[in-house]
Amino acid sequence: MGHYILKRLLSLVLTLLVATVVIFVMIEVVPGDPAAYMMGLSGSTEATEALRSELGLNMGAWDRYISWITGMIKGDFGTSYTYRVPVSDLITDRTLVSVPLTIYALILSTIIAIPVGVISASRRGGFLDTLLMGAAQVGVAIPNFWFAILMVLFFSTSLRWFSAGGFPGWDAGFLECLKALTLPAISLALPQAAILARVMRSSVLEVMNEDYIRTARAKGLSKGQALMRHGLRNALIPVLTILGLQFSFLLAGGIIIESIFSLPGLGRLVFQSIAQRDLIVVKSIVTLLVLAVVVITFVVDLLYAAVDPRLREGKRM
Amino acid sequence: MRIILCSVFMFFLFPLNIWADGINVGLQLEPPNLDPTSGAAAAIDEVVYGNIFEGLVRIDQNGEVIPGLALFWELSSDGKSYIFHLAEGVRFHDGTDFTADDVRFSFDRARAANSTNAKKYIFAPIANIDIFDDYTIMITLDRAHPDFLFNIGLGDAVIVASESAATNAINPIGTGPFRFKRWVRGDRIELIKNNTYWGAQARLDWATFKIITDPLSAYTAMMAGDIDTFPNYPAPENLFLFDRDPAFEVVVGLTAGETILATNNKKTPFDNILVRKAIAHAINRKELIDGAMFGNAQAIGTHFAPNHPDYVDLTALYPYDLNKARGYLREAGFPNGFKASLKLPPPIYARRTGELVANQLSRVGIHLEIENMEWAQWIDQVLRNRNYDLTVVSHVEPMDINIYANPNYYFGYDNADFQKIISDIDKNGNAAGRAALYKEAQRKIAEDAVNGFLFQLGKYGVWKRGVKGMWRNYPIRSNDLRDVYIEDNG
Repeated sequence: MGHYILKRLLSLVLTLLVATVVIFVMIEVVPGDPAAYMMGLSGSTEATEALRSELGLNMGAWDRYISWITGMIKGDFGTSYTYRVPVSDLITDRTLVSVPLTIYALILSTIIAIPVGVISASRRGGFLDTLLMGAAQVGVAIPNFWFAILMVLFFSTSLRWFSAGGFPGWDAGFLECLKALTLPAISLALPQAAILARVMRSSVLEVMNEDYIRTARAKGLSKGQALMRHGLRNALIPVLTILGLQFSFLLAGGIIIESIFSLPGLGRLVFQSIAQRDLIVVKSIVTLLVLAVVVITFVVDLLYAAVDPRLREGKRM
Repeated sequence: MRIILCSVFMFFLFPLNIWADGINVGLQLEPPNLDPTSGAAAAIDEVVYGNIFEGLVRIDQNGEVIPGLALFWELSSDGKSYIFHLAEGVRFHDGTDFTADDVRFSFDRARAANSTNAKKYIFAPIANIDIFDDYTIMITLDRAHPDFLFNIGLGDAVIVASESAATNAINPIGTGPFRFKRWVRGDRIELIKNNTYWGAQARLDWATFKIITDPLSAYTAMMAGDIDTFPNYPAPENLFLFDRDPAFEVVVGLTAGETILATNNKKTPFDNILVRKAIAHAINRKELIDGAMFGNAQAIGTHFAPNHPDYVDLTALYPYDLNKARGYLREAGFPNGFKASLKLPPPIYARRTGELVANQLSRVGIHLEIENMEWAQWIDQVLRNRNYDLTVVSHVEPMDINIYANPNYYFGYDNADFQKIISDIDKNGNAAGRAALYKEAQRKIAEDAVNGFLFQLGKYGVWKRGVKGMWRNYPIRSNDLRDVYIEDNG
């Protein structure tokens, strides 16, 4: 087990290091100057130059890479060019929206997907199976931004149950925030739930054909008991993989939903920072997202080991 | 079970906002910071101008200069010295007193060598600043500059205090009727009434600017009641939905934004006036306004705001006439037209107008390849390096016809006659003389067809019926909320 974790950790650190270089180089290559952007159509060259030196943009590329990396290791991400506040504050605020939203969406999708997958599998070929899998097919096919707009039109502008967007901030109370995140979380969750349900169904079907389930049935367990006691845990492995992927995807990929609901999340911050050439923010967020993806993959790997004893002994399937 | 159902029900029905004594204002672009004296983002002024910060003079919604922190002023007979008499008993929001020293500090800071003021040129003519006493200050210019008074009414020239100037970007401290409360970045900026304001108190207790980027979300936020007013609604295509809804009021005004088909006058074939005239004749403004702006814009024939008293309507100078356009092209040696590029910045007006312009010019054989770009890219390629043929953009600065006098500006228009007109305006203290010169300047660039002059960008105000006192026009980008109130109509 220890060896396994060490190997995973080493690959985590290497991935991160390579990622920072790639991110830095890519951002250096992108044309556009943050100072010129801020000065707009009428800014004089003189004022733009003054702003450039104020922002520290006159340093060489290598110096900027080193100061960026060393700063980050010390926990100092620098100061945003446009907002003029520490990048870490910006990211913290946005993370406090994006991470709860992602978790909310994943909980919703899991709550929907796992029972749906299990029920469909146990009624394989039956009416309920056809109905649920048909619904899942529709769920995968419907673009979530379109569904989000429909929900806003119905729940916000017609019924006025929810506000159409915005985020009150956690100091406004947990329920207020939960409410503000509800429609976005549903929009994000539905397509994910549809995918997850299909994976769950096929995974359960596969597991139910395994020898150990037959043994369990021969021992006298009913089909349901065999599934619950022996099958489910094994059926969850592919589901975990998908969940890990979905978490990373939702964390940064929620940008369209964030725009529709005017949520101050990470996705929108990245998008806006790219447009405004607030490169220091872009670099830091992309690095953090890479970190998040790598860490989640690491956690999922550990979870595999937890559900599959063979991995703990260092043998991979 | 019933209790759970009830609480779920209450949770959904609990009203988000129970105070009616404030206002939620929709804003499409979030300001990068809140210091109007640095950088050029219009979104900064849209939040802070007149609300948090004030200048010596103010510009009202008709573009007129009215007293601000200077209650009145005297101008010397040579037009060079202004004596400003300042309001007494004014305090900044942090409690420090406002005196003539703050005026000197603000102006000295703006014209310093390391200043990042985007409109540093405003302060360039200042030769001397003399403080007579705490509330009297004389500013002497190198010569008469009739625009000076208007210019110091802009957001770039607001008065800041030496104690807080460095942190205004994140914690703005001004003298205005509202003070900054907090900024939830990406979501909203909250202002509250300044109860110790020196002038007439604001009528609202609070004002929250909510950032709503997506045009469709702007619609749903208005309809859901999250927003009371959208001073500049981002989607002209669905204005009609509000117009026919009795719960809302739609007020279409004007901005200072001349939307132009900017042309690289230094590059062949656009350096040939015949080619530019051909383009001018090939443009159908009515079609552009109907197609791109859904009828809500005003055609212009030169680079000047149509609501300005000195505006000359030159839209008939080069009427839409494909035969004339083809004739000019033949004369210029392009009987079969030519190919060129059209680089478009992100705003929706630019993209839509650009597509229509490309279609219109193709009728006379000028085939434009559209390149959509981000602002940063556009600023780099078009504005800075002049690496472009044509572009569509709106110039939102007020009274900015003088940009045509700068041969290094991205139009590449280098005309000695025009430059002389502008420098004459700058020297002329006589109002009638200046008006005549402004008209001459408008005619000159229109005749030279420097750019395609398309339309004045509208200001699309949408608010709940009962919201009173919002600005109709944007002579400058400001949502001055001091006179805004919500009429209680049951």
